[in-house]
Amino acid sequence: MSDPELGDVFGPSGDGDDPELVQLLTPEGERREHPDYAADLDDEAIAGLYRDLVLTRRIDTEATALQRQGELGIWASLLGQEAAQIGSGRAMLPQDFAFPTYREHGVAWCRGVDPLYLLGLFRGVDQGGWDPRETGFGLYTIVIGAQTLHATGYAMGLQRDGVVGSGDESRDAGVIAYFGDGATSQGDVNEAFIWASVFNAPVVFFCQNNQWAISEPIERQTRIPLYQRALGFGFPGVRVDGNDVLACYAVTQAALRRAREGSGPTFVEAYTYRMGAHTTSDDPTRYRLNDELDRWKAKDPIARVKAYLHTTTAADDQFFEGVEQEADELATHVREGCLGMPDPHVLDIFDQVYAEQTPELAEQKEQYAAYLSSFEGAH
Amino acid sequence: MAQITMAKALTNGLRAAMEADPTVLIMGEDVGKLGGVFRVTDGLQKDFGEERVIDTPLAESGILGTAVGLAMRGYRPVCEIQFDGFVYPAYDQIVSQVAKLHFRSQGKLPMPIVVRIPFGGGIGAVEHHSESPEAQFAHTAGLKVVAVANPVDAYWMIQQAVASDDPVVFFEPKRRYWEKAELDESVEPVPLHSSRVVREGNDVTVLTYGPMVKTALEAAIAASEEGRSLEVIDLRTLSPLDMGPVAASVRKTGHVVVVHEAVVNLGMGAEIAARISESCFYSLEAPVLRVGGFDTPYPPSRVEEEYLPDLDRVLDAVDRSLAF
Ligand SMILES: Cc1ncc(C[n+]2csc(CCOP(=O)(O)OP(=O)(O)O)c2C)c(N)n1
Ligand SMILES: [Mg+2]
Repeated sequence: MSDPELGDVFGPSGDGDDPELVQLLTPEGERREHPDYAADLDDEAIAGLYRDLVLTRRIDTEATALQRQGELGIWASLLGQEAAQIGSGRAMLPQDFAFPTYREHGVAWCRGVDPLYLLGLFRGVDQGGWDPRETGFGLYTIVIGAQTLHATGYAMGLQRDGVVGSGDESRDAGVIAYFGDGATSQGDVNEAFIWASVFNAPVVFFCQNNQWAISEPIERQTRIPLYQRALGFGFPGVRVDGNDVLACYAVTQAALRRAREGSGPTFVEAYTYRMGAHTTSDDPTRYRLNDELDRWKAKDPIARVKAYLHTTTAADDQFFEGVEQEADELATHVREGCLGMPDPHVLDIFDQVYAEQTPELAEQKEQYAAYLSSFEGAH
Repeated sequence: MAQITMAKALTNGLRAAMEADPTVLIMGEDVGKLGGVFRVTDGLQKDFGEERVIDTPLAESGILGTAVGLAMRGYRPVCEIQFDGFVYPAYDQIVSQVAKLHFRSQGKLPMPIVVRIPFGGGIGAVEHHSESPEAQFAHTAGLKVVAVANPVDAYWMIQQAVASDDPVVFFEPKRRYWEKAELDESVEPVPLHSSRVVREGNDVTVLTYGPMVKTALEAAIAASEEGRSLEVIDLRTLSPLDMGPVAASVRKTGHVVVVHEAVVNLGMGAEIAARISESCFYSLEAPVLRVGGFDTPYPPSRVEEEYLPDLDRVLDAVDRSLAF
């Protein structure tokens, strides 16, 4: 029952020689042309993406450190996936909506969600404190794949509201469903593909293929490149260099435009790599080799943008220093905000369960409050 | 004699079951090289091979659905669900297929499947990682349900569950995985579906299982310092229930407190209280009281210590029962 040679099937791992892989910026920082995709971004906008990438990584580094110091219960690092998230997140318009997993800290950043909300969830203060409607960014979803159906239903709602294919670019909206390579095995995800296809829903299925689902390599989930599955469901699939922020931006923008204009779903496979552990609870030395990590280090999503900005002199030292300083300030905000986060009160959980409180639960709350107050002054 | 953790006892129990019967398979997410996120299957793939210890695609319905087919071919799949909150994608297969195939086939298709579920809270986890869904399975005819509380039981009960020709949903209290005890393999185990008195007492019977057994025992020690004698019963089997030891205890004490982490509403305590009132009505000196989770979703971890039943809440119920 050994695996067949899968190298041919999977193609090279994102080094730009794969004709199927959309790449607009090489790991060395050189721009590339693609017949179908171009990033309509000037150097200033690219510098903006660089800033997003650096700040997002800094949030991640700080959160990981806070977890190590016992301030968070757990943290799911996005290290290595910044370009996939910033590229796709910045391709969204304000009226679009994203349905994330638990790792989309970069997309959250693009949607203007204060990182402290993300930390609150991983600290155990709440289960997602931001306002999904205000930010266009759904709650983190830990049950693998469930959000892909929510995204599809939301997209069906947009269709009914007349904000798909109306021709009014300021109103027409689309949806992005984020999920991982492992998630593609779930029934929910496959059902979402069918729904979206049959109803021509304006949804982009954005799969970050980071090569791993905890300890299981991608070969455990598929025997064909993931993006090729889309064809079987009846919509286009495209594989993009997930470490190339320009390509991720361009491909997602095209897919979202397609969605907004009423042409239906697209599957985007962002070919990337989980550089860190699955979460801070995980120990990847048990199941993967370091040389794989080293190969991907050479494709770092931030280094190539920096190289581009440097060699083209699109940005100077002052710019890079400014971004570093901003990152330091953001790290301070994250750290101090985390340490200063008030703990929730147990009695509040009773009020959150129903839109219309039940007498039973109200009584339970009262009884528990009385019980708790019986301890007051005891020690 | 060496001390052994519950996690390790389960590993050893699974190893013994696999050695005893070549049809035993292990299936689940990350159970191979990683040995499961709690390391319960640690080393088993190395020793028994990828044919018998299967890292499955990430799909719980797939795990249980294919287990049904494998069982029809004479295999004994032991399915690991990574966390309690992730069993629901498999719920349909468990409830509508695994539980009913013996019945529908008039016994021609037994389903010797074990579904291992790490359950309960207290580990500071994010949502869906701390739930106690046992009553939902106990409520389903065709399934047997057990919960382990200590390493010795873990070692034997997992082997007994694997040997069972009926499907067994096997609950493992994740916050007790690293608790240790001495395991003497020469001591014969009691039958799988039996409850056991784990501390004798005369004043109040405390019925519990899984993670709360330790809490109840601690409560019993605290109570004894105040001159109150609690009898603690580890139910171990939730479906079928073993009411024999329960009834004997209730006839002695006349006072009963049922403790579990799961929400009180329609939890195991509800069924147990009804059974006691049916069979021991004249022995009761107070209503059966229940201590459990509130009827809310499991809360964020920063308040879980206040949400979970603890020693004080058990003692509070004991006081209320005795004061009745
Ligand atoms: C339904 C369900 N089953 C199992 C899990 C446990 N789990 C959490 S993350 C994960 C792997 C996910 O892999 P992938 O979809 O590739 O996303 P990644 O973590 O790599 O971003 C698993 C199995 C879960 N959260 N939900
Ligand atoms: Mg993955």
